Amino acid sequence: MWRKSRLNYAPTSRNFPPIRSSAFQVAFVLLGVVILVVLLAPIIYTLGESSGGLASALTDPLIVGSILTSFYAAFLATVIVFVTGVPLAYVLSRYQFPGKSLIDAALDLPILIPHDAAGVALLLLLSPKAPLGRVLMQAGLCFTETLWGIVIAMAFVSAPFMIRAAQEAFESVDVELEMVARSLGASPARVFWHVTLPLSARGILRGCLLTWGRAISEFGAVVILAYYPMSAPVALYYLFITRGLSAAIPMTGLLVLMALAILVGVRLIAER
Amino acid sequence: MSVKLERIRKRVGDFELRDVNLSVEKGEYFVILGPIGAGKTLLLQIVAGFLRPDEGRVFLDGEDITDLPPEKRRIGYVPQHYGLFPHMTVEENVAFGLKMRKVERREIEEKVGEVLKLLDIDHLKDRYPETLSGGERRKVALARAMVVEPSVYLLDEPLTGVDPREKEKLRRELRELHRSLNKTFIHVTHDQAEASLLADHIAVMREGRIVQVGSVDEVFRNPSDEFVAKFVGFKNLFRGEVIEAREGIAVIDIGGPKVEAVTERKGTCLIGIRPDDIILALEPPKSSMRNVLKGRVVGYDKAGAFAEIRVDVGGVEFVALITRASFDELKLEVGKEVYVCFKASAVKVL
Repeated sequence: MWRKSRLNYAPTSRNFPPIRSSAFQVAFVLLGVVILVVLLAPIIYTLGESSGGLASALTDPLIVGSILTSFYAAFLATVIVFVTGVPLAYVLSRYQFPGKSLIDAALDLPILIPHDAAGVALLLLLSPKAPLGRVLMQAGLCFTETLWGIVIAMAFVSAPFMIRAAQEAFESVDVELEMVARSLGASPARVFWHVTLPLSARGILRGCLLTWGRAISEFGAVVILAYYPMSAPVALYYLFITRGLSAAIPMTGLLVLMALAILVGVRLIAER
Repeated sequence: MSVKLERIRKRVGDFELRDVNLSVEKGEYFVILGPIGAGKTLLLQIVAGFLRPDEGRVFLDGEDITDLPPEKRRIGYVPQHYGLFPHMTVEENVAFGLKMRKVERREIEEKVGEVLKLLDIDHLKDRYPETLSGGERRKVALARAMVVEPSVYLLDEPLTGVDPREKEKLRRELRELHRSLNKTFIHVTHDQAEASLLADHIAVMREGRIVQVGSVDEVFRNPSDEFVAKFVGFKNLFRGEVIEAREGIAVIDIGGPKVEAVTERKGTCLIGIRPDDIILALEPPKSSMRNVLKGRVVGYDKAGAFAEIRVDVGGVEFVALITRASFDELKLEVGKEVYVCFKASAVKVL
């Protein structure tokens, strides 16, 4: 699965060590190998240990159900973050207003706050006894112990990824292009649709993928706000706590395999 | 269409455009001249409508358009780096304006084809901007602005960054385009040669203010202050004291040499002489020139058909612009004695 790094040397056989190599190159490669081992060894080992139990994991309703819940919630979270985050990113990238630097800085908070702390903060606001939670209950919306709770927790932690990616994408579009488009008769909405969006689509898509990836792997905020219905990370935690390490291994193997499959899939599509 | 700016004021960060009043006549070629950072592009953007002035009004053909958004003004804007849409082909770029005005597809194809052919770029219509040369991009940007038939064209530094050998040809093309379109052109530049060769009227800008407006002659021959004088090419700027005055002629001591100028001024003043108004001679010429000063050549620069000669006259350095032919004839070299000659009327008292 991991690609052999391609090193640029004078033409020799591809796998043969270079005749001339500096200590610098050797040191860098060795350091790189260290982190590769740290990242990949657990994954490879887990895959090995879990290979036996994968079949039973795939048929366990708790496991499969939690995975489906995770996918669905992450999808919803990404959509919500997209619809609300992209406009915010545009405003931040194009307009000036008082307090802008404060808001801009605050957007990085969800990344720094420990995930369970974020969960508690959300609970404080959204539990049925809380001021906002009470109001929402009247409207029939409940965020604790429901799918929407998972969605909100996921959205909270993954929003900065979308907003930053979209912001960067918009900032890479020259304002001059938008000005020319206006002079040619396009309203601000049409400028966004015909000029800005096509040129920033790539960056925004990247934002969507990062958001989705971050959302689906979220544990801390979800476990506090919405333990039920169990998302995959929560279900794994449940198995680990109640039945021990050996019970958790098959599901872990399955989740790792799925992550790999998604990674490969996205790369293949991107190369197209 | 005529363009008028009345008491425009606009603050952007630390920079402020102040008390800008401008009047551009219908169909004329108007150049806004000024150093980089003078606020020329800002001004253009206010005319186009991308920026709202803090104070003042903008008029198009007498109509107040200050509150009109850019997409409703019929103004063609060609930015400094052309602003071609990189994700569209040349044809799509040029068609954009017509598409926004919801023109029918067949008509769009026709009009775009016409304009592309007119500018000799129809063979590029399926190409993407990144594959085009600078000159080709310029034409596409022009075509895109032309096809919607605006009443005013705003050109931001259209000849800046162009190969000097190409510049002359492009200046001619721009002038011809202006003539054939017969529309108002507002051209922004920091190049005084461009301004002098293209403009009907010029406005000189400095640090957010307009310091002089007038015809090319007015601005280039009668600069209103030292800044304008320097900017339009006056090289011989000297501070002096009027020591004698009779019948409208003043004798000014500039720290050694004495210069005669047509002026009623008294006391200290700043004078300027254009290098091209100076004639160099080996013997005092028998002519009506009141200023004949003996000096010594201290250096020269040859550039194309001209030569710039630096002559020390009694401790004061004069710069003269003469033709290569004259240079060769005079057999000038460093240390040679020459006479710096110029009319009293060539001396501008600022």
